Amino acid sequence: MNKTDLLLDVRNLKMHFPVKSGFLSKEKNYIYAVDGVDFSIKRGETLGLVGESGCGKSTTARAISQLYKPTGGEVFLKGKDLMKASASELMEARKNMQMVFQDPYASLNPRMTSGDIIAEPIRIFQKRGLVNMGKDATNERVEQLMERVGLSRFFKNRYPHEFSGGQRQRIGIARALALQPELILCDEPVSALDVSIQSQILNLFKDLQQEFGLTYLFIAHDLAVIKYISDRVAVMYLGLIVEISGAKDLYKNPKHPYTQALLSAAPIPDPKVEAQRRRIILTGDVPSPDKQRPGCYFYDRCSKRMDVCKVQRPKLKETEDGHQVACFLYHKPE
Amino acid sequence: MTNEVILQVKDLRTYFTVDEGLVKAVDGVSFDLHKGETLGIVGESGSGKSVTNLSIINLIPMPPGKIAGGQVLFHGKDLLTLPQAEIRQIRGNKISMIFQDPMTSLNPFLKVSTQMIETIVLHQKLDKDAAKQKAIEMLKLAGIPAPEKRIDQYPHQFSGGMRQRVMIAMSLSCNPEILIADEPTSALDVTIQAQILEIMQELTKRLGTAVILITHSLGVVAGMCDTLCVMYAGRIVERGPTDVIFENPKHPYTQGLIRSVPRLDMENSQRLYSIQGQPPNVIDLPDCCPFYPRCEKAMDICKKKYPTTANFEQGRAVSCWLYSGAKDE
Repeated sequence: MNKTDLLLDVRNLKMHFPVKSGFLSKEKNYIYAVDGVDFSIKRGETLGLVGESGCGKSTTARAISQLYKPTGGEVFLKGKDLMKASASELMEARKNMQMVFQDPYASLNPRMTSGDIIAEPIRIFQKRGLVNMGKDATNERVEQLMERVGLSRFFKNRYPHEFSGGQRQRIGIARALALQPELILCDEPVSALDVSIQSQILNLFKDLQQEFGLTYLFIAHDLAVIKYISDRVAVMYLGLIVEISGAKDLYKNPKHPYTQALLSAAPIPDPKVEAQRRRIILTGDVPSPDKQRPGCYFYDRCSKRMDVCKVQRPKLKETEDGHQVACFLYHKPE
Repeated sequence: MTNEVILQVKDLRTYFTVDEGLVKAVDGVSFDLHKGETLGIVGESGSGKSVTNLSIINLIPMPPGKIAGGQVLFHGKDLLTLPQAEIRQIRGNKISMIFQDPMTSLNPFLKVSTQMIETIVLHQKLDKDAAKQKAIEMLKLAGIPAPEKRIDQYPHQFSGGMRQRVMIAMSLSCNPEILIADEPTSALDVTIQAQILEIMQELTKRLGTAVILITHSLGVVAGMCDTLCVMYAGRIVERGPTDVIFENPKHPYTQGLIRSVPRLDMENSQRLYSIQGQPPNVIDLPDCCPFYPRCEKAMDICKKKYPTTANFEQGRAVSCWLYSGAKDE
C-alpha cells in the first residue's frame, strides 16, 4: 500500500480510564476501554467499526480525535502524530477531522440557532486565523451546507428543539462539513433514528462522500447498516479488534468465532430467511473490561476455544485471503 | 395458535390533551389476538404502539390522557370500563407486561425475590415459601444461572440481559394468558437480544401464552411473530400474517419500510430506498391519510379523507385508497 494513500493510521492505541479504589488502597484500578488497537483508513474509504456496547468503539473515535488523551499508542493523521502534536498543531489537524455524534438531542446546543451551530466551527477557526472567511461568506456557506444536507435555508434561525431527530442529525452533519474536513468520525450517527429516517441519512452520508471525497470512520452496532455503508469492517470485542476485512468478504466468510456469532445473532427482516436460520447463541454477557487478561478476551464465551487461548492472546494477523483475524484457529500460537 | 380469540380490541381511541392541541395517539385501532398467537406491532417512534398497549391494560395517565372510544374485550369483559379493583386482578396475572428498560421497571431498592414473591403471593394464593420456590423455578426457566443465590440479589447486581430475564421470569410467573412485551430487546446488544428472544419464544410456547410484541425492528418481527400490525400516526395501516406481508406488502408505507432497511443477507450495491419526508406531527392531525405527503402513490382523495379499510383473504386488512377507493366511490 502506498504510504500517501493512508489518511489515518492508528497503531497500538490504548485508552485506560482510572477508576476510584478504596481511599487507603495503593492499588490503582483501570478500565481498559481500548487496549491496543491497530488499523488504518485510506483516503476516500469508509471503515466500519462494529461491536457491542462497552467494547470501546466510541472511546476509539474519541481517542483518535484527542478528545480523550490516549494512554498509549500512535495516531497519524496525514503522517502527523497527533499524540505528540502541540496544541496549535492539534487545532490545525482538527480542521481536517470532524465528528458526528449519536444523540442529535445532546450534541446540539439548545440555546443556539441551527445557523449558528453550523457556523460555529468556522467562527472558531476564523478567530485563530486558521480560516479566512468573512461574515457574508460564512453566512453563504452555512446556507449552502443546509441545502446540501436537505434542510431549507429558511430554517437557519430556528432552534434545535424545533427540528425532528432526523433533521437534527442533518444539522450535526452540516456542522461537521463546515470546515471541509477530509476525515469524519461518525459515532453511531443513525442508531437513534427511525427506520425510514435512517435510510435517508445513510444515503446522505454516501452522497456526501462521493461529492466531497470524504473518508469515514463509521461506528454502529447494527451490522446491516455497517455492511451498507462500509468498504472495510473492523469488529471490536472488549477493547480489541478481533477481525478486519473487506465488507462483502466479512459477511460472506466471517472467520473469528465472535464475528460469526454476531452475524448469526442479527435478525434479518424476512420471515422465510429467519425460519431457516440457525443461530449461534452465545452464552453469558460481555465481561467487564476492568482487568487485562493473559489469554484471548473472547475465551469465556467462545464455542471453539482451545487450551492455548486461555494463556496466550492471539494477535491480529493476516490470513491467506486478506482477512486480518486475531484467533488461533487461523494461525499458530508463538 | 388456535382460532379462539382471547383479546379483542375494537376501534380503540386514546387521546391526549396537550398545550398545543389534541394528540390522537391512538385513533381507531382494532385487532384480535388468538390463543397462543404472537402478534407483532411495528411502527416508528410516536406511531402509537406503546399507547395502544398501555390502553389495553388501562395504564394511561388520565389526565392528560383520555380513552375517547372503543372497547378492549378480554373474555367478554371490557377492560376499559372495569373498576380498578377488578383490573388489578387481571394486570400482572392474566395479562402481564415486559417493558423496554429493565432497570427502570424493577424497583432498585428491593431484592428480586421480594418483587417476584409479591406478585406470586398476590395472584396465586401461595404462601411465601412456596412462592419463592416458584420464583426460583421461573428464574431457572429464564436461563439465570444459580437462581437460588441470584434471587436474593438486587437489580443492580444483574447485567442488562439478566435483568430482562428477571422481567420475563416475573411476568410469566402467574401463567398469564397474554404477555405484552414493549420493545423488550431494544436496549440490548444483538447477541443478548438473540438470547432473550429465544427464551421468550421458548417459554411462551411452552406455557401457551399469547404475546403482543411491540418493536420498531422488522428483523425481530420477522423471526418472532405470526401476525403483524403496521402502525402509522396512531392507526393500523396494514394487518395480516407476517410472512404474507413481508412477501407482498400492500400499503405504500409498509412497502417503503421493508425496502428501506439495509439487509445483511443481500448484496446491497445499489442505493438504499428511503421514504421521503418526516413522520407527521400528530398534534391536530387533519382527517386525511397521514402518510400522503410522503407517499409516492398519493392521489387527490388521500388529501381529503382517511381511507376505509379493505379486507383481503387470510385476514389481511389494508387502509389505503389504492385498495378501498374503487369500492366506495
